[in-house]
Amino acid sequence: MSETAIKVEGVAKSYRIARALGRQPYRTLQEEVIALPKNLWKRALGRSDSMETFWALNDVTFDVKQGEVVGIIGRNGAGKSTLLKILSRITQPTRGRAEIYGRVGALLEVGTGFHAELTGRENIYLSGAILGMRKSEIARQFDAIVDFAEVEQFIDTPTKRYSSGMYTRLAFAVAAHLEPEILLVDEVLAVGDASFQKKCLGKMEDVAGEGRTVFFVSHNTLAVRQLCTRCILLEHGAVAADGPTDTTLAIYNQRLRDTRIDAETGLNNPENRRGSGAVRFTSVSVEDFTGAERYSFQMGETIRFKLSFTVHAPMRGAAIVVALRSGMSREIVTSARHVVTTEQLEPGVQGTVMVDLPDVYLRPGEYPLYLHVSEAVQSPAKYDVLDDLTPPLVITPGGRWLHDNFDPAQPLGIFSLPSTMVVESLPGHEPQAAFSRPAGGHLTMIRTGTQD
Amino acid sequence: MATGGPGIRTKTQRVTAAALPPVRRPTVVIEPTSGWTAINLRELWTYRDLLFILAGRDVKLRYKQTGLGITWVILQPLVAAMIFTVMFGRFAKLPSDGHPYLIFVFAGVVAWNYFAAVLQRAGNSLITDSRLITKVYFPRLAIPLASTLSALIDLSVSLVVLAAFMAWFRIAPTWRVLTLPLWIGLIAICATGVSLWLSALNVRYRDFVHAMPFMLQVWMLASPVAYATTIVPEQYRVLYSLNPAVAFIEGTRWAVLGNSSITSSMVAITTAVSLAVFVGGAFFFRRVERGFADAV
Repeated sequence: MSETAIKVEGVAKSYRIARALGRQPYRTLQEEVIALPKNLWKRALGRSDSMETFWALNDVTFDVKQGEVVGIIGRNGAGKSTLLKILSRITQPTRGRAEIYGRVGALLEVGTGFHAELTGRENIYLSGAILGMRKSEIARQFDAIVDFAEVEQFIDTPTKRYSSGMYTRLAFAVAAHLEPEILLVDEVLAVGDASFQKKCLGKMEDVAGEGRTVFFVSHNTLAVRQLCTRCILLEHGAVAADGPTDTTLAIYNQRLRDTRIDAETGLNNPENRRGSGAVRFTSVSVEDFTGAERYSFQMGETIRFKLSFTVHAPMRGAAIVVALRSGMSREIVTSARHVVTTEQLEPGVQGTVMVDLPDVYLRPGEYPLYLHVSEAVQSPAKYDVLDDLTPPLVITPGGRWLHDNFDPAQPLGIFSLPSTMVVESLPGHEPQAAFSRPAGGHLTMIRTGTQD
Repeated sequence: MATGGPGIRTKTQRVTAAALPPVRRPTVVIEPTSGWTAINLRELWTYRDLLFILAGRDVKLRYKQTGLGITWVILQPLVAAMIFTVMFGRFAKLPSDGHPYLIFVFAGVVAWNYFAAVLQRAGNSLITDSRLITKVYFPRLAIPLASTLSALIDLSVSLVVLAAFMAWFRIAPTWRVLTLPLWIGLIAICATGVSLWLSALNVRYRDFVHAMPFMLQVWMLASPVAYATTIVPEQYRVLYSLNPAVAFIEGTRWAVLGNSSITSSMVAITTAVSLAVFVGGAFFFRRVERGFADAV
């Protein structure tokens, strides 16, 4: 039986967050000034009235053995990053205790400590020292780092002159040569070009193969499947499942399929809602083209959004936008701005529309939703926005035609486009007359589009 | 072990613990800390390379892409000293303990500038390095301490200029010049102490970004940089020397120029004040550093 590397017992972490709704009543300047010393004091102690407690982690307990490669998965806000921050000692738990046996290397981002004005050489030393390496260690590893990053020629050039690929390679190279006994990694694979991501995954597999412990936090269930033997699912800051990767991922996928955007998760959550109040989304659901509600789709499927809204103040028409975000919280796919109507809408009017995103070629991953309804005019002042809506849309590998021709487990960008090919010449082959679709045939699809 | 976790889990852990050799201790124990904790010197020592590399980074970054580069280190105190000489020495005809006014002022400016530089750099240091604080663990003290170290480079350059001035004015150093490191050490302790307070407070209240230039200006006027302590009426001297800058500026002059209006009670008061500020600052910093990553 191997020895413990990480032991986590009842770890909990609370944050004081600004109260989102029902903020304090207005006060006059005079009252503000009178209350100032009291408020400052309270703020200094972190006990402001306008704050409420939010438990990011609640009673998390587990053990990790030496040499285990453990994946941590869960939705945005499930507590994955908080757990990693506690284990890497960036922040303290509010309760509980964790013990770490061995030297820890924490990779919470690529390029920690890098400064664009400094040269590659200077940055290697700086970043290495910040990650916890001694100067002599860095000197010993220096050539290996430069080799791995493939930046020999530019080692004395300020990194601000580097291409983003070079920069990422160098940054990861430093971290990869940290040689910790326990490696804590957070989604570092989300950066860099495809070949580099492959290299990173490979390096992590090496680390795992050497019998070192890896603790890998990711959205990317495919990377988790590839790397990890064991997987822990976090939900609402607690361990929801802990076991072999396949079992945990199956539970996770099931939970994703079971969730719905309802009042609690989306529509009434003030955290991800902005708007003027003139118009409000009243229901949001995601369906496949048969009309069944679900949030998990295979690549290449058509995704339908069924959106209802109610008008609360006179509006000059209505327009709808649907977008998908990436983990970096930027829109990566945006629908057209669909004009529902240009006619005047009076308070009380309710509408329901369907927006189809046909043949979504997104690669596997989670894509939070962004929904927007507004007046059908330029720069509308009356609108409602649901941002970073959970559950996110989940794209799984497989799909109707895209599964044959590449390995979906590799991180190869955001989209896989359904490209076509003809064989122009090959011994024993007749030249093909036309472009052919890849195996699997083409998609039969009922296009509905926006209904007026 | 007394965490009061769910019973079943505790049981499994006990089995694990029994299987382990008894000598095996965790490398790191992560627990909420409460109350006041002292500086962990051993940990700081293991991170000493980081301290020097951070200080080196400060120095390199400060003068990258500047036309004059390190010349700024000479230019700043020189121009200040010349203006003070004209205004206070020539026009106001203030006493200078019997030294040429220029060198008298320059010695004061050099000492003060080191103090002010540490405060300026360290005060904001946790904010400028917030990316580090939220992404990786290391003793947070390394950040403000690196400012204390990096400002030493500027100080050394200024001291070389001061030496050149002394040669020019034909002032021979006495044995007292050997005490100069002690005075610099006193400045470093005092400046670090103040900057521990400032940098930690700055994480929560950015007001200190605005208060700092103003504070340094007022503080300099309240210190014998451009004038000698002798112009302060006798009965206010004790009160005046509660400002720790008084003794270390006069002390630096005493060491370099051979005499100044320093008294031993001044030195005693300043040393006590500096140590108090430093120790208090260190405890305060440790107290609030656990919240840095969440607050910054």
